[in-house]
Formats: sequence, C-alpha cells, structure tokens
Amino acid sequence: MSTIVLLTLTGLALGAMYFLLASGLSLIFGLMDVLNFAHGAFFTWGAYTAWWMITETTSASSASTAGFLLALVVATIVVALMAALVEIGLLRPLYRRPIFQILVTLGIGLALSQLTSVIWRPDARPFPQPRWLTQTTTVLGARVPNNRFLLIAAAIAVLIGMLFFLRRTRYGMIVRAGAENREMVQALGIDVDRAFTLVFALGGGLAGLGGVFGAAYFGSVNPSIGSVNLIFAFIVVVVGGLGSITGSALAAVIIGLAQQFGNYYTTWAGDFIVVLLLAVVLLIRPRGLLGTLH
Amino acid sequence: MNRQSVLRTWLPVAVLVLLLALPRLSSEVPVLFDGPMNSPGNLQLLAVGFAFGIAALAYNLLFGYTGVLSFGHALFFGAGVYLPTIALREWTWPLWSSLLFAVIAGTLLALIIGAVALRTSGVYFAMVTLAFAQAGAVLVGKNVGGLTGGEEGLSVPFRQLPAWMVGVVNTDNLYWLSLAVLIVVYLVTLRLVTSPAGRVWEGIRENEKRVEMLGLRPYLFKLLAFTISGGLATVAGIVYLFLTGGATPRAIGVDLTVAILLMVIIGGAGSLWGPVAGAVLYHYLNVRLTIWAGSDAVAALPEFVRRPLRDPLFIFGLIFILLVLFFPRGLAGAFAGQRVRALGRSLGGRRAPLAQKGGIE
Repeated sequence: MSTIVLLTLTGLALGAMYFLLASGLSLIFGLMDVLNFAHGAFFTWGAYTAWWMITETTSASSASTAGFLLALVVATIVVALMAALVEIGLLRPLYRRPIFQILVTLGIGLALSQLTSVIWRPDARPFPQPRWLTQTTTVLGARVPNNRFLLIAAAIAVLIGMLFFLRRTRYGMIVRAGAENREMVQALGIDVDRAFTLVFALGGGLAGLGGVFGAAYFGSVNPSIGSVNLIFAFIVVVVGGLGSITGSALAAVIIGLAQQFGNYYTTWAGDFIVVLLLAVVLLIRPRGLLGTLH
Repeated sequence: MNRQSVLRTWLPVAVLVLLLALPRLSSEVPVLFDGPMNSPGNLQLLAVGFAFGIAALAYNLLFGYTGVLSFGHALFFGAGVYLPTIALREWTWPLWSSLLFAVIAGTLLALIIGAVALRTSGVYFAMVTLAFAQAGAVLVGKNVGGLTGGEEGLSVPFRQLPAWMVGVVNTDNLYWLSLAVLIVVYLVTLRLVTSPAGRVWEGIRENEKRVEMLGLRPYLFKLLAFTISGGLATVAGIVYLFLTGGATPRAIGVDLTVAILLMVIIGGAGSLWGPVAGAVLYHYLNVRLTIWAGSDAVAALPEFVRRPLRDPLFIFGLIFILLVLFFPRGLAGAFAGQRVRALGRSLGGRRAPLAQKGGIE
C-alpha cells in the first residue's frame, strides 16, 4: 500500500513537472503554430539560474526558504525575458516559414542548453534546497519528500491561473481570438505581435519555473535536464490535444503515473508505455484527448 | 562551353578522383588535418563523414525532396548498427547474411512505421516518428532482452569479419568501402529523384492537394519515400558500424536525428551533393573543434573564446540558427544555380500546412 501511495504521489509530481513545460508549449502552439524545441533549454536555464543564485549566496548544502523563493521568482523572470528576446530577435523574421521556424527553435534549444555547459561545465551539480523540502511527510505509511507536494501545488496553481488568464482577462481573450483568426484580430486594431511576444515569454517563464522545481525534484542540475523532459512534455501536449490546457493537465497526470509505475516494476517499461501511448492516441484520436483541432 | 559549365562538369570529377586517390597521398595539409592526409586518423575522419553523408542523402530524400519532416530517422541508422552486430554475436550468422538481414529488417521496419505514422501529417507525424524512435532508443539503452549491451553497447566480433576490414592498417580499405557505398547511394538517389516517382515527391512537397487532384495517392508515394529513406539510413548505419567497430546507444538516439537534420540543412535540403558535403563538414567540425580547443594557438585566446570551442554542440546550435536565418538553402544554395535555389525557396517560402489552425481553451 505504502509503495502505491509513494508511486502515485511521485508520479503526480512528475506529471506536474511535465505540465509546467507542456502548458507553455501548448499555449505557444495554440496561438503561434510554433512547435517550440527551445522549451527544454528554457527549463534548463530556469534550473541553472536558481542554482547559480543559491550557490552564490550560500555555501551550505541546503538553502534558506527565502533564498529559494527569491531564486524561484528571479529564475522565472530571467527566463521569461530570455524567451521574449528569442521571440523578437529570432522567431519573428520566420513567421511565414513554419518548417524553418521549427528548425530555428531546434538550433536555439541546442545553443542555449549547451551554453550552460560552456559557462558552468557539463557535469551535474547538486542543487541546494531548503531542508524542509527534502524532508518527508508520511502519507498512509509512505514517506514522501515535501518537494513533491510543492510541485503538485505549483502545477495546480498554474493550471488555475492560466485558465483564469485565458477565460477572464482581456489579454487572454486576445490570445484566444488570435489563435482562431489572426488576421481578423489584427484588423480590429489589436497588436498581435505583442500578444505573440507575451505568450512566448509567459510560456518560457513557466518552463523556467518548471526548471527550478525540476532541479528540486531531481536534487541536481545538468545541461541536459531540460531536453530529457522536453520529449515527455511534447508527448503530454500531443496526447492532451494541442492548444488545450486542461487536456495537457489530464495527459500530464496519466503520463506521469504511467511512467512512474512502469519504471518501478521494470527499468524500461515506463518510458516505453508512454511512447506507445502517444502512438496509440495519435492513431485513434489524432487531435488528442481534449484537443479541438480538425 | 562557357567557363562555368566546364567547372560544373569537371569539378565533381576532380573531387572524386582526389577522394579515391587520397589513401595513397601522403602530402600534409597543415592546421586542417594532423599529419599526412593518408594517416589512419584522417582517413577514418573522412570515412565516418561519408557514412553520415549516406544518412544525410537518405534523410534528404524524405525531407528535402518530399517535404516530410521526420524526427525518427536515427532508429533506422541504429538498426543498421545494431542488427548486424547482434546477428554476428548472438546468432553467429555469416557476415553477408547478417548484413542482408539488417538491410531487409531496417527497410521493413521503415515500411511498417511509415505505414502507421503517415496516417498523420505535419507536427503529428514528427511526433509519432519521434515516439517510435524514442521507444527503440529506450529498448536499446535499457538492454531489454539482454541483446544490446545497454549503455555500454556491443563490439563487433572481429574474427567474423574478413581480414581486409580489420585493424588500423586496413583503414584505407574501409575508407574506400565507405566512399564506394556513398557513390552507389548517391547514384541511386539521383536515379530516384529524376524518376517519375521523384517528380511526384516534389509535387507532394509543393502541393499535396494538387497531387491528390491528379488522381495519385500521396500516401503511397510518401510511404515509398519513407521506406527507401529508412532502408538507405540502415545502409549508412552498417557502414558506420564497420568504421567504428561497435554499436552504442548514441547511434540510435534523437540527438543523431537532429545531427542528420543539421547536416542536411548545412548542405542544403533538396540538393544532392549538398547534404553529403554538409555531413562531412559536420563530422569534421565535431572532431576538429575539440582538437583546436586544446591547441596552443587557442590556449592564448581569452577564456570566453576558448570555452565555447570545447563544446561543439554549442557552436553547431549557433551555426544552425545563423544558417536558418540567413542561408536557408545551405552550401548548395550558396554555390548552385537557379534550380536548387528554386527548390530551396519552395521548401522554405511557403506556409506549409503543418497543422490546421486551432484554438486555445
């Protein structure tokens, strides 16, 4: 029983991490039709920015709560700004050439994640976090690290925040309208370019936030921390349905749990089930679980 | 004949003769290559580049000519690396049956995966191929069934190879082998893209709907391109296996697909010699950048120049971005005539139906 509880909570935390990446990917694809391969690099930069801030201010193996929260906020903002610069400087010239846009995000992803290796060397570094995050809470006999709960809470907050943003705010309305018909929104005198930059920065910021939590989840940072998770985040987005935030959340839960349980019983089954799930969903229901496409 | 067409006819011949004669040329090319040109190290460097050239030709058939973006081609390359090794080691098959088995199995694998994946298109197709390749990489990397050697990989049992293939002294034989296969695959590809099917492929890349209107089934032609491309990628994997003497999970991961894509982009998608040149250049830079980074000349440079040189992937990422932004037609586009330019433009200039417009909820 305690094993099942532990696997369930860890699987949900893993799903929560995928969701933080996938929600931004989905939002960006929904509005801009861009499959953003640079998203993993944003995740990596979130992790490294937080790691750098914490290790610069403390030499201990654990961080203070204030230091961790500050790092969380700064990393999110830094990566959001980075994403905004990428969108303005590199993506905007290519909006009429979608294949090349995919390729340029691939190049950006490669260069940006390797840049962390250039600056901080390629090897993995331990990530100091507040002691209460690595301590465990006992739930039904299972000892679960507290950062798992924090990750799940953060993902729920992001889900609610994003649904609120899209459905209740003026900017969210522009984003949704822009996704339906870009030219029409432009004709109404609304600056769609600005909405693109905003959405890309928002998605990037969420990936950065996910990176900080990911570093806490794994307990260390390395230059490929983002690209490893990116593949699963892509799978979450496609299974959930491109452009559907709730779909991404649902798919993230399913995939996080499937992977965690699968990998517990054999070393490979979890990863294998997940990719199989993607193939099956795409072939039976190409628009994904909750997708609105086609 | 004007000067340009003389150049266009004789330059490839001259390059080919030079490449064929290279193992007998002991002249040195300072800075670019260490030692005489026919040293085993230099020959190996070029020969592996040729093997990637075959993979790039295969990929280009699908991406450059048919306009289909696959993220799973490393799977077929990996099949060419792993299947013969397993057949030789585990089942102690003779060399030729092992190779034949690998080519047939790799092509069949491409046929099956293509038949399933091509039911989707655009982004979805990219994702399905990525998923299949990732599934293969997981099975290989985690050593499912105990056949693949996991992260360590497998070495080829050298006793089962003919003597002329084994050892550093025979690097020139392997070099010629690699070059010969490259030439054959090049000619096959040339024949294919100028065949009626090749015209249909280009038609699909330009406008799939219109091809359908003409009464042809784009699905079957795309499947043909995918299957041939997968089979040729398997051949590339086999050549790579002979050159490196072993199979490791690096030969099957998504990083390799990205590398092949990069080679094609560097060389110019939709041209024939471009991707080959791109592949050789990519492999050359990948090996040489790290060597240059350790050289005395570079040691004198400031830290912020030296460090990136140690990380070829970072440099490739930058090259990738710059090429896509400023030279989307790659090397071939920079040198070749109007035809390739036109191809490159159509590949990049059109808003392809990657996915139907959706919404966000």
